[in-house]
Formats: sequence, structure tokens, C-alpha cells
Amino acid sequence: MIEKLQIIHPEMALFAATCIVLLIGLSGRSALRSACAPLTGVALLAAAWLGLQSPGADSELMQGMPFPGLLPYAKTLIALIGLLILPMLAGTVDRSYEKAVERGEVYNPMRSTRGEFYAFFMLSLIGVMLCATADDLIWLFLALELTSLPTYIMVAMSTSRLRSQEAGVKYFFLGAFGAAMFLYGFALLYGATGSTFLSEIREAMAEPGGAGPMAMLGLVMVIVGVSFKIAAVPMHFYAADVYQGAGTTVAAFLAFAPKAAGFFTLLILLGAVGWTHGPNGDALPPELRVILWVIAALTMTIGNTLALLQTSVKRILAYSSVAHSGYMLVGLIAGPGAGSIASNGLAAMLFYLLCYGVMTTGAFAAIAALERRAADGGREEIDSIEDLRGLCRVYPLVGWSMVVCSLSLLGLPPLLGFFGKLMLFTSAISAGEIVLVVVMGLNSAVAAFYYLRLAGYPLLEQRHDEAESPTLTPAPGRRLAACVAAVGVVALVVFISPLQRASHEATQLTPLPAVVEVKPASEAEVARR
Amino acid sequence: MTLLMLILIPLLGAAVIAFSPERQAKWLCLAWSLIALGAAVYAAFTFNWMERTGAFQFSASWTWIESLGIELSLGADSVSMLLILLTALLAPICALASFTAVQERQKLYYSTMLVLFAAMTGVFAARDLIFFYLCFEFTLAPMYVLISQWGSSNRKAAATKFFLYTFTGSIIALAGLVYIAWKWTQIGDGWSFAISDLEIAASQMSMFEQGWVLLALMVGFAVKVPLFPVHTWLPLAHTEAPTAGSVILAGVLLKLGTYAIYRFVLPFTPLAIQEYAPLIAVLAIIGIIYTGLICWVQRDVKKLVAYSSVSHLGFCVLGLMALNTIGAAGSVMYMVNHGLSTGALFLCIGMMYERYHTRSLDEVGGLASRMPVWAFFMVFFTLASVGLPGLNGFVGEFMCLLGTFQSGAVDFPGGTTGPLGPWYAIAAASGMIIAAIYLLYMVGRIVFGPLREPSDHHAHPVLPTDLNLREIGILAPLAVLCLGLGVYPTPVLRSLEAPINRVGVIAGFHDIEAPGSDETAPAHTLVLVPEEAWP
Repeated sequence: MIEKLQIIHPEMALFAATCIVLLIGLSGRSALRSACAPLTGVALLAAAWLGLQSPGADSELMQGMPFPGLLPYAKTLIALIGLLILPMLAGTVDRSYEKAVERGEVYNPMRSTRGEFYAFFMLSLIGVMLCATADDLIWLFLALELTSLPTYIMVAMSTSRLRSQEAGVKYFFLGAFGAAMFLYGFALLYGATGSTFLSEIREAMAEPGGAGPMAMLGLVMVIVGVSFKIAAVPMHFYAADVYQGAGTTVAAFLAFAPKAAGFFTLLILLGAVGWTHGPNGDALPPELRVILWVIAALTMTIGNTLALLQTSVKRILAYSSVAHSGYMLVGLIAGPGAGSIASNGLAAMLFYLLCYGVMTTGAFAAIAALERRAADGGREEIDSIEDLRGLCRVYPLVGWSMVVCSLSLLGLPPLLGFFGKLMLFTSAISAGEIVLVVVMGLNSAVAAFYYLRLAGYPLLEQRHDEAESPTLTPAPGRRLAACVAAVGVVALVVFISPLQRASHEATQLTPLPAVVEVKPASEAEVARR
Repeated sequence: MTLLMLILIPLLGAAVIAFSPERQAKWLCLAWSLIALGAAVYAAFTFNWMERTGAFQFSASWTWIESLGIELSLGADSVSMLLILLTALLAPICALASFTAVQERQKLYYSTMLVLFAAMTGVFAARDLIFFYLCFEFTLAPMYVLISQWGSSNRKAAATKFFLYTFTGSIIALAGLVYIAWKWTQIGDGWSFAISDLEIAASQMSMFEQGWVLLALMVGFAVKVPLFPVHTWLPLAHTEAPTAGSVILAGVLLKLGTYAIYRFVLPFTPLAIQEYAPLIAVLAIIGIIYTGLICWVQRDVKKLVAYSSVSHLGFCVLGLMALNTIGAAGSVMYMVNHGLSTGALFLCIGMMYERYHTRSLDEVGGLASRMPVWAFFMVFFTLASVGLPGLNGFVGEFMCLLGTFQSGAVDFPGGTTGPLGPWYAIAAASGMIIAAIYLLYMVGRIVFGPLREPSDHHAHPVLPTDLNLREIGILAPLAVLCLGLGVYPTPVLRSLEAPINRVGVIAGFHDIEAPGSDETAPAHTLVLVPEEAWP
């Protein structure tokens, strides 16, 4: 029992830090309060390191799981992207209050939100990690909820403005709706297979007639419910409103954490069904394949088309994140392939998740690093694309980070995003999904239009009015996050091969030996009768 | 290593410029592009132009992304080498041509330009499909910046249109290329994007597969050329681009499309291209005539030359679609020649524009009396562009038409079986006549006749009335090359024989016997220049 805890070591480290952060966030001493962020950083580093040590495919603990090698890749990825997002969270909450305290106001722990904020951040990341670890439906449900519940609150408290609270409520209600959907799906799955353990579900589904209509309906419900988490059609409506209403830093978090949780859930659940159907025996069951196909195509198309019309950078990035979910679904449809890395769609999906995490965090961080004068005289985060004008000349680091990250999101070679897309291309073509590849290609072309605006405004446009133009926020962490992400987008190109190999190893599907034996026996029996 | 140096030198130059003071940017750019030119000339001297098997030289390969089978693999045959030389030659010319025209954000301008030259060199040197595609696609970003930052009034729209058209096309082409690579996994072990592997894989594709792959590739490359229905981005981009941008666009960027057709479409889809070559040829001919007629009514000189590019590149594609060696050789010659003469025309127009701030045929005319030196060059390059025998344009154009004529003309002496025929050649030749009409008409209006200058024109603060030494220095080397390639193209043609024969064998050209079918027959039969005529 004790050694089984190995698989949640990173979560335990994060949880310990969460408890401490909750406490010291309320401390009367400002030095202790401001230690919240560094402590979170240390915890994430520790989690990343522990994640690397997680039991892999050769460990006995992981036998019977659909993806025994998933943990090291998943947990390290989550912790590292969390680490990238962390510096930009600086100053999201309590900035003005801390200033007031410095000026002599008496510190009131009831008014401070810093501790909760970092605690929720880590709790949500724990949820994502647990999603990747889950071997049971109940666990999976709890993990998904643990990912989302803290984010509802983070959205609501991210700015002091009413729109954030509105966004939080909207996000919460739709999230609850999504949760109800996949919970219902889980119930149907349980009804169809008689177990909540993924390994048992897997065996039940592999039996002849195991993947019956009830199980399929359950899975469809799960897919639709989880599409809320990944902001895919038909549950994408909230994305633009919520991202825009939330503070930019929290929007960046929303663009990664729930999405990662959703994709890990889909990966694990579809792993239980297996890519063993179709004419060549390497596709999903036809019902699921069609549903995912339609969702992927619609998600890309709708996301990109709606992004064309926006003038708010946050809304553009929100719809772009919708579109990128569609791209990642392509990898999921392509399946694990025939053995080589380039044919492995699941590896392509996980690799793209990494690329996407870096690129999109960078773009959000670049926006978060700027602020402008609000209508009420205070400072507020920039939102309109006009605010990006001429950024490269005034603030070259932030400006160029924005340019590089947007071009990478566009998929321009030789940046990271291109190689992510290339791997999705190769795997989908191996799986014979050529139409989907063409849809994806056309979508990338449509997307080029708005990414060009995101890259062109900082680089090529002139500033109109210096006084009205945005300035840097006093939180240098956001600039740092933007730069680190931009450097990552360029530098990770060198390490593509090991990264793809890691994602390939993470997505090795355990074969089902039992089924192979059962099938010939039953046939033989039939023949005897 | 040599080729890698040719790519890295401009890149290094761009990095140096980015970290140097604004004032020195143009001199640094000139210096670095001259270094790059020197390196390219050195490479050309060490290059064996008379290699008889068409093998790739300067080959070098580094593992890059092992998991996807991607290598950083370089190599050049004489076709690539010619185009690399053209690219390297245009770099210092473009730098010099921008000295007075570009006044703001010079650091960004000159470093962008050098990056663009590095990417274009990479396209011609690539022996790995993904590295090729990476450079091919990456040229979009610097060109977008050049047009949308230093172009004329409608530059933003033009740059966006340019980017979106070519990006859309090439991403479809990528799907086709990846499909061929996937085909390789069926016969080889694992993924590979090496062009030599994929030539083998492509031969395993059925007619049906090749048809779709051909469509995908042509969608991408035809936009770049540009071929008739998808050419609309080009006039706009050319008109709005700064002079150096136009020169790069006409000189090299458009050739990426025809080069890619030569390098990939012909060898990768040998069956399908036999079937669909007439269709593509018809599009090319429509382009030749239709855009020629458009040129006729243009009032904007730059737009006129831009449309004439579309028309001229139609010949280039036509020569490739003839699917015989003479047509392909003509097409390659045409790529080089068009780069020289049309690039020079854009330079001339740019020099005029800098002085008069107009390009309208209605506002300026008879400039020969005002700027005799400029007028000489303008007339010279126009004649080269028209295809006057003795100047370079003639050689390529004639060979393209000859190839088209012979392809399918079995009744005529020297004719070969093939998909096209005399009628195609006759239709395309009418485009030559139209070209003569509109180009001479333009020269007649703008150079000769009564002097007309814009009423509100003020002399340029720095530039003299006629060309200064710098400007003559830009145009003179191009003129010398135009003349040289026109009078004595033999060495170049000879060097093209081997690589074109090599592609011809893979693509199944009609005038080449496949090796092995007859032991005694030589595999390489293209003899553009008989041995006796060779000094």
C-alpha cells in the first residue's frame, strides 16, 4: 500500500505546499506573505523532479493501466508548464492591498486573497495530475472536479472588476453542466461494464459485444462533457467570455490546465476502449471516431472563424485555444499507430499539448505584462489589439515575445508550433485521415490571418499616442514568463527528438493478452457445436 | 559544409546588424552580402559543373529530428547551384538599391533582407523535404515584413494577401509531401524525408494516389509561381513592395515555385503528370495570354512589369510541362534569365520612382532626354525581357517553346511523343508577340517621345537627375550577365544536361530511354550542345 503512494508523490509534494501557502498567506508579516509565490515555485520544481521519478512502464504498480508509461511525461509536463505560468501570476491579486499595507494601513487577513490564490492554483494542478494518474472512474471524476473547482474561484477573484465575477459565475454554471454530462456518462459506463476500474472496463469492452450501445452512449456523453474542459464544440461558448472576463494571468492558466486535464481524461478513457476497430484494426469504434471527427473538424473551423472577427486579444487567444483543441483531437483520432514515433497520434497529441502550453502561455504573458489607463482612472490590463501597436520598438522583449509566440501558434517553421503540427500531420496521414488533415491545413491557413495581426501589430504598426499607450506592469515576473516562453518556442526545436520520444513512450498502449486468447476459444467452441 | 556556410553567412550578418547601430546597418548589410556573394562564387569555382551523372555535390547531412526521420541535409546539382548564385548575386544589389530608398527602421530592414536571402538559399540547397519546406515557408515571414513595413500606400492588404495565399497553398502541399513520406514507411523502414528516398517511394504510388498528390503539390507551388487562377496576389504584392522587395520577389521568390515543380512534382508524380500536364499547360498558356493582355492596358509601370512576370513564368511552367529535356532545360534557363532581366527592370522603375514619386505612364514620359543613362538600361533590360535574340531572355523562351512544340509532335523532325504539341507552342508564342507589344509600348511612352514630368515634382534632395555611380554599379553587372548569357549560353546549357537527364529518367521523359531497358543505349541522351562545338 505504501509503495503505491509512489505514483502520487508529485501531488503529495504540491499538496503539502498548498497547506503551507494557505497558512502563510494569512500571516501578518509581509515577508512571509510574499513567500507564497516562491514556495509554490519550489513545490512545482519538486513536483517536476518527482514526476520524472514516477513509476514508468517497467514498474509493477502500473501493470494493467492502459498507458503504463504515461505518468513521468504527464506529471513533468504539468509541473513545468505550471512553473512557466507561475511568474506571471505575480501581482494578480492583492497588489493594491499590499501597497496600502506598506503605506501604513493595518493588515487584515480577512481581506488578503494571496494565500488562497496560490493554493487554488496548486490544487488545480494537482487535479490535472490526478487525471493523468486515474485508474478508476470515481477518481477520474473527482480529479476533473478538483481541476475545475479552484479555477471558478480564481476567475472570480482575478480582478476586482464586476466582469470577472460575472465570468466566474458563467464558468461555474457551464462547468457544472459539463460535469453532470460526464458524470452521467460515467454512470452509463458503469452500468454497461459493471465496474468503475478502468482495467476492468477495458477487459469488458474488449469482449465480443462488450462495446454495446449503452457503453457507447456513456462514452459519447463523456466526450461531450469533457469537451467543456477542452473548450471544444459543442461546449466552447463560454471560452471567449470567460477568458476576457478573467484576469489575463488566470486566462492563461485556463487555457492550459483544464485543457490538459480534459485531454488526459480522453486519452485514458479512449485507451480503455482501444484503437482496435475499423478495417485495419487501428481505429476507434466507428461511432466514437465519427463523433470525434465531427467535433474536431467543427472545433477547428468554428474556433478559427470566430477568432477572425475579434478585436480583443484575449478573445482572439480564447478562440485560438478552441481551435488548437481541435488540432489535438486529430491526434486522438489517429490513435497509437503502428509503432514508429511519427505514426503515433497520441504522442503527437501529448507533444502538441506541450508546444501549445508554451506558446499560448507566452502570448498571454506578453499581454499580461502590459497595462493601460482605465476609464475610471486606475490601471487595467490591456485587451484591445490596438494596444499592441509598436510594442517591439518601445518594449522589445515583450513585443518580440508576442511576435515569436504568435508566429509559433500560426505554425510557421522553424518554430515549435510547426513541428507540433507536422507530427499531427504525419500521424493522421498514417491513420488514413487525409480529409481531416486537409481540414486542419485549411484551418491553419485561416488562422494565419489573425495570428498575423497579433504578430504584425507589435512589429510593424506605429503607436498613435504615447500618453494613451500601454506601459509595462510593475510585475516583472510577467515579462519574464513571456521571454522564457518565447525562448522556449525557439530553443525547444533543438530538443524535439527527445521530447517526441518521451511522448511516444508515454503513450504505449498495453496490449490485451486475455482477449486474444478468449476469441479463438469461443470460435472453436462455435465450430464444435 | 560549403552550402551550410552559404546559408549561415547571411544569417550571421543579420544577427550582427541586429546588434549594431542604426547608422551602420546598410554598410554592414552590403558587406555581409558581398561576403556571401564571395563565398558563393568560391563555391561555384570549386563546383564541378561538368559532373556527368547529375549527382549532388557538396553533400552534407546532419541528424536533426531523429524521431521524425528529419535530417539537415544539403546538396546541390548545377540547377540548384545556378539559382544559388542568382540569389547570392541579388543580395548585394538589393542592399545597394535600398541605400536612399529606405530611411526608417534600417536595422530591421537590412536584417530581414539577409534572413530572407538565407532562407532562399536554403530552399535551393535542401536535400531533405522538411528542411526544404521549412525554408520555403519561412521566406513568407521576412517578405511579409518587407512589404508591409516599407511598401507603398496599400501595403498592409498586399502583404496579408501575399502571406495568406502562399501559406494556404503550401500547407496543402505539405499534406501531399507528408503523404509521400508515409508511402516510404510502407516500403522502407521508418520515416524518412530524404528527397532521394521519397523519389523511390513516389514510384510506388498508384495513378490514383499520384493524381491527388499532384493536386496537393500543384496547389502549393502554383500559388508561388504564380499560375493563372491563383496569381492575383502577385501584382498587388509587387506594386506595393519596396524596390528591393520587388527584385527579390521577381528574382528569386517566384522561382521557388517553378524550382519546386521541377524538383518535386516531376519526379514525385511521374504517372500523373503525364496525364495532367496538358491541363497545367493550358492554365499556363491562359496565364501567358490573359496577363499579357492585362499588361497592355496598365497605366502603372510597376504593375505592368509585375503582370509581365506572371506571363513570363507561364513560359517557365509550360517548358516543364513539355516533359522533355529541352523544355526542362529551357525552363531552368528561363528561371535564371527572368530573375536577371525582370529584377533589373524593377530596379530601373524603382530609380525612376525615387526621383518622380510616380509610376504612372500618364504622368511621366520621354525621360531619355532627361536621364540618358537610365534610358539606356531601361531599354536594354526591356529588350532582354522581350526575348530579343542575343540577350538572355531569348534562350530560355525559345527552348521552352521548342520543347513544347516537340513534345507530341511525332510527325516533325526531332519531335518526341509527349503530352503537349505544336498547338500549345503556337498559342504560347502569341504571348511572345503580346509581350513585345506591351513592353515596347511601355518603353516608347516612358523613355521616348515628348518629355513629360509630374507638374509638382521636385528634384530628389540627394540623387542627381540621371543615375549616379552607385546606381550604375547596381545595373551594370546585371546588364553584363544578360548580354553574356544571351550571346554565349553554351557553358550553362552544358552544365544543365546531366541533372536534367537525371530528373528526366525518374520522371519518364519521352526522349530519354530508361536505364537498363537497353544496355547499349546511353541512359543520358540530352545533348544540348554537341561535343564538337565545345571548346
